[in-house]
Amino acid sequence: MPSASDPAIRLEGIVNAFGRHVVHEGLDLEVRRGEILGLVGGSGTGKSVLLRTIVGLRPPQAGRVRVLGRDLYDASARERRALQARWGVLFQDGALFSSLTVRENIQVPMREQLKLPRRLMDELAAVRLALVGLAMDAADKLPSELSGGMRKRAGLARALALDPEIILLDEPTAGLDPIGAAAFDELILTLQEALGLTVVMITHDVDSLVRITDRVAVLLNKRCIVATLGELRHRDEPWVQQYFNGPRGRAAMTPKSSTPTAGD
Amino acid sequence: MRIVGEGAWRVEHAAVLDRHLAPIVGEAERERVPVVLALGDVDSLDTAGAWLVTRSRRRLEARGLDVTVEGLDPERRVLLERVEQACFTRDLPPAPPTRWVREELAKIGSATMDALSEIEALLAFFGALVTAIVKTLLRPWRLRVTSFSAHVVSTGLEALPIVGLMSFLIGIVLAFQGASQLRQFGAEIFTINLLAISILREIGVLMTAIIVAGRSGSAFTAQIGTMVVNEEVDAMRTLGLDPMEVLVVPRVLALMVALPLLAFFANIMGLLGGGMLTIFVLEIPLSQFLDQLRTATDGTQLWLGLIKAPVFAFVIAMVGCRNGLRVEGDAASVGRLTTQAVVSGIFLVIVLDAAFSIAFNALGV
Repeated sequence: MPSASDPAIRLEGIVNAFGRHVVHEGLDLEVRRGEILGLVGGSGTGKSVLLRTIVGLRPPQAGRVRVLGRDLYDASARERRALQARWGVLFQDGALFSSLTVRENIQVPMREQLKLPRRLMDELAAVRLALVGLAMDAADKLPSELSGGMRKRAGLARALALDPEIILLDEPTAGLDPIGAAAFDELILTLQEALGLTVVMITHDVDSLVRITDRVAVLLNKRCIVATLGELRHRDEPWVQQYFNGPRGRAAMTPKSSTPTAGD
Repeated sequence: MRIVGEGAWRVEHAAVLDRHLAPIVGEAERERVPVVLALGDVDSLDTAGAWLVTRSRRRLEARGLDVTVEGLDPERRVLLERVEQACFTRDLPPAPPTRWVREELAKIGSATMDALSEIEALLAFFGALVTAIVKTLLRPWRLRVTSFSAHVVSTGLEALPIVGLMSFLIGIVLAFQGASQLRQFGAEIFTINLLAISILREIGVLMTAIIVAGRSGSAFTAQIGTMVVNEEVDAMRTLGLDPMEVLVVPRVLALMVALPLLAFFANIMGLLGGGMLTIFVLEIPLSQFLDQLRTATDGTQLWLGLIKAPVFAFVIAMVGCRNGLRVEGDAASVGRLTTQAVVSGIFLVIVLDAAFSIAFNALGV
């Protein structure tokens, strides 16, 4: 039976394969409640596939997925629907519904899952827009009229529509300028602190790994290693070494005090 | 006044909370008393709950009343502050009101203007395409042979089964209906004349063109449109490749080769279908069928039909490619323009067919 002490997400012995090409083989992963977990791995290691497995879009060939204590692929349609209200997903390019305005996009989950008066839905949509830092005049625009960064924010606003307990982000900072990316990191951090969110994010951005994640899961050899950044730096696997001790990794992990500051 | 909150102040219960909270806040507003919001017993608070607190507080403070929120632990205070800060002085503008008559009139107007500018753009495209084709014909080695032949296969060879089957069936239907009318005059034998003239002059090529517009015109729009969405077309331009030369000309020329061949095949299949019906159902012997066919038609009927095929092919391919290049940004427009390519393609084919009929009539053939 589900209880409050269950981990947010628990994967056991996941096997994912495309035909003969095996992506994950006996992968285990546990995401604790309230933590921010970064998910990294080289191209083709199945980060997005894993994310799709966690949110129920891709049943694994073997293994179990438990979200908030419930087995996702064993749950009845009703239980699954209830679970869906407790997580939010931000896809890479926002995945906003192209025929709906931003306001309507944010209200879709509210309409599907809850009965709220229209005025309150408008207000809540405005709160979400404000939280993700979008201007109010974006509310009645169509996704095609927004820039990539704005679409991401709008996508996050939709993922937050029902105040979920878990949010899953697929490369939230990719394609954003450094200022936008830093603001996005801050935003996720504040939301996580304020709402006690559990965050799983796929990212290639070492800066945001350093800035906001509690632990990092590295997909390697069809399984994954979970550790804090500090521990990962001392692992022997060549890929991990290159990733965190390569020039970019080192630069990102250098304590801020030692970076030269301009001016004065 | 002291308002005590308890339970879960979460989005699931936002509607209920809103209903309870509004009258209490309204009362405080009327009585003009300072308000204390005691939220110590609130089990959980999310942004929806925080918004209800913020909204009530703002409404009262706007009337100059003091509002204190107490009993929140630090994390919730952070959340509340965050929501307050984000929503400070910002309100979602109301959804714009709809004005029926005005909007409908505006729609008609803009649709008319769109249609006019579309005709202009299509003419411009026609000009550019003809120029590109002439250039290619002058320098035939610049034709993309691989692309050209691949399109001949996909628009021609692969369409053989469907075109053949349709024509065969239409031949049967035509012969059957013709025979049942002509029998009343004892002129059953003229079914063959009816069949030969209508298939060769009109139906063979027209049906083929309609099928090809649905099959290949739409495919051209979808292919090129997807490339536009993927920015492949822009990439081509930056590499100094002309999309007209690389994408459009091979498709247009391929279809101009494939469609006449398909139409010829359709003629044969149509005659075959009609012929089988006359031979097996009307019991006209094969030799008599062939004799009648020979007296009914000469090569002219065939050529009058087939000469239209390259023109239809040109129009179908032109509209298909042009709609593909008109795609902007999102995938939704690919779908819309694909449908439109088929509709405009078939429409133009029928308009041209009518024009050919008038022209042939004037020429007395």
